[in-house]
Amino acid sequence: MNYIDPHIHMISRVTDDYHRMAQCGCVALSEPAFWAGFDRGCANAFHDYFRQLTEYEPKRAAQFHIRHYCWLCINAKEAENVSLSREVIAMIPEFLGKPNVLGIGEIGLNKNTKNEATIFQEHVDLAMRTNELILIHTPHLEDKFKGTRMIIDMLQNDRRVKPERVLIDHVEEHTVKYALDGGFWCAMTLYPTTKCTPERAADIIEMVGTDRIMANSAGDWGKSNPLAVPELILEMKRRGHPESAIRKIVYENPLAFWRQSNNWKDWPAEKSEPQATADETKSKNGPATTRPRAATVS
Amino acid sequence: MNLTPVPAAKTLDAYFLEARSKLLDLAGILDRIDRGLDADAATHDIRYSQLRQALTILHRHEPGRAEQVQQLFSLHYDPAWKRPAPR
Repeated sequence: MNYIDPHIHMISRVTDDYHRMAQCGCVALSEPAFWAGFDRGCANAFHDYFRQLTEYEPKRAAQFHIRHYCWLCINAKEAENVSLSREVIAMIPEFLGKPNVLGIGEIGLNKNTKNEATIFQEHVDLAMRTNELILIHTPHLEDKFKGTRMIIDMLQNDRRVKPERVLIDHVEEHTVKYALDGGFWCAMTLYPTTKCTPERAADIIEMVGTDRIMANSAGDWGKSNPLAVPELILEMKRRGHPESAIRKIVYENPLAFWRQSNNWKDWPAEKSEPQATADETKSKNGPATTRPRAATVS
Repeated sequence: MNLTPVPAAKTLDAYFLEARSKLLDLAGILDRIDRGLDADAATHDIRYSQLRQALTILHRHEPGRAEQVQQLFSLHYDPAWKRPAPR
């Protein structure tokens, strides 16, 4: 079954992972900007990182017929440094027109501090001025419930935010309903020890249904599995769930969310055959409809 | 689209060994803590009592146990927290 991994940090992965993901049916992925494992010393480091996300990684993915998209921001952990964050936010518009950019993300909270909330709101302000989609990171472990509620409070406090253009990531049993009830998209992260297992993700899908929900690996520099989405596919098959439901979670839902992006170009193969094949992927970024950017940065 | 849950008997068949294995892992972890050096201090750690409280949640015969365990390990949320203003 073809699938999409809508959240994976390929910058941290070796080329062999692209190869294995392609062998397992991955046709596209998106890579949110994140913490590198250390705090970067200056804004120029982010400039280089954004170039890597928008120029280098798409080429590496294309070798394996995988479409590579990305999201731009300064992550919640480094957002504790407000002055650095503002410098980084100021340089993001330079990259928003790049063809593989889907929007602003993964923004959010880490330890739920005042500074993190300030920078989260400033990212939302940028996204609203530029009409970008938003991808949201929710905190880990004991901070998740409180942080998710705070994030939703901020989004609902901003009248400009359209929930259908926001995806709340890393939802689990105690947060998924807040995201869905608020009208947002959401994603479950299949990550060892600290997030969801494929089995619990399948449980959540059985409890909330298949609308506005997807799954990702969030594969990164930590112990993680870039083939976690195929593990969910296997788990849902094991339970006898129909292929149409599985495909909705691992392919149609991420695509439906991404299609709202300003830079989105429909995949040529989609018009006749929804499942891209290796040959079809050769025409990546081919002629297609492009939606105009609705507003410019002020 | 709503999915039909797997019949309970089939779930028990499919996941019994997995559940048994995870319970044994958990029992092993608690034993490891108890027989470690300075076990008394560790067993007075809030995290140790959270683990024991989680076991009481598992013992309940009611739905939503995974969510209840998540809540047990979650920090308190104050709905009146001071939000930054949109600009």
